Amino acid sequence: MTNPSSIPVLDLGGLLLVSIQGELPDDAAVALQEDVTNAVASTGSRGLIIDISALEMVDSFLARVLAEVAASSRLLAARTVLVGMRPAVAITLVELGLTLPGLDTARTVTEAAAGFGVSIARTGGREEWGA
Amino acid sequence: MTSVPERAEAVRLPIRGDGDLTAVRHQVRALARELGFGLVQQTKIVTAASELARNTLLHGGGGEVEVVRLEGPSGPGLRVSFTDSGPGIPDVERALQDGFSTANGLGMGLGGAKRLVQEFGIEQAPGGGARVTIASWAVSRPAGFGA
Ligand SMILES: Nc1ncnc2c1ncn2[C@@H]1O[C@H](COP(=O)(O)OP(=O)(O)OP(=O)(O)O)[C@@H](O)[C@H]1O
Ligand SMILES: [Mg+2]
Repeated sequence: MTNPSSIPVLDLGGLLLVSIQGELPDDAAVALQEDVTNAVASTGSRGLIIDISALEMVDSFLARVLAEVAASSRLLAARTVLVGMRPAVAITLVELGLTLPGLDTARTVTEAAAGFGVSIARTGGREEWGA
Repeated sequence: MTSVPERAEAVRLPIRGDGDLTAVRHQVRALARELGFGLVQQTKIVTAASELARNTLLHGGGGEVEVVRLEGPSGPGLRVSFTDSGPGIPDVERALQDGFSTANGLGMGLGGAKRLVQEFGIEQAPGGGARVTIASWAVSRPAGFGA
């Protein structure tokens, strides 16, 4: 499967995990939106976890992309959980006026996965996935 | 120690495409960090700059940004100025309103950017386009000090 956004979409068996790495240019964000929505459909996932812990900044463009990913996933019967937002990003988004009301959040990937009934064990710094 | 605001070297970058937005964010982040801005202050001015750079591109048809280091009475600051040769912003008050957009956007960029920084101004650029300028200081200062 080609992945034009070059952001890996990991299938954990009924649950998709997307970890956004560092900087996300506009065109990559739009490509990500398409890739992720297609992946939700093709895998029939019930859940989508988006890990943004590596993002140093979320502006209104990216916030809108995230909200639209969640909205289109919901239409495909998958729930989106946003994970790992940095405190400075949260403060900035609120001041910007973007509180992302349609997005569920969790502190960690493990916590988000647990919300979908998937348990993740951390062993020796490596995360292992299992339903 | 100088008490006169003084301009050091300015960095100018073009804003012609999506890729340039990344360069603007990097430039502002690097200088804010160097000047001792806290993490939240850095994130605020970088986010404001990102909003304004995208406006320069989308509404102004491209332009340029000038990033300048300031020396104020209570510490260093950072000024970022976006200039384009588009149609300009005739009704500033309306453009600043949350939710107002002529481009089917969220309409949060301009008003949001203003909330994220300590100083904010919109003027007409020499060529008739828009010039939007923001500034913040590493150490928050009492109001009334000259910029
Ligand atoms: N550089 C500019 N030149 C001309 N008009 C501008 C410029 N910047 C902003 N505007 C006007 O102000 C409006 C509001 O800008 P603002 O950034 O708040 O919203 P937006 O860009 O439309 O949407 P978004 O929430 O995605 O940023 C724009 O729709 C546009 O009409
Ligand atoms: Mg905008």
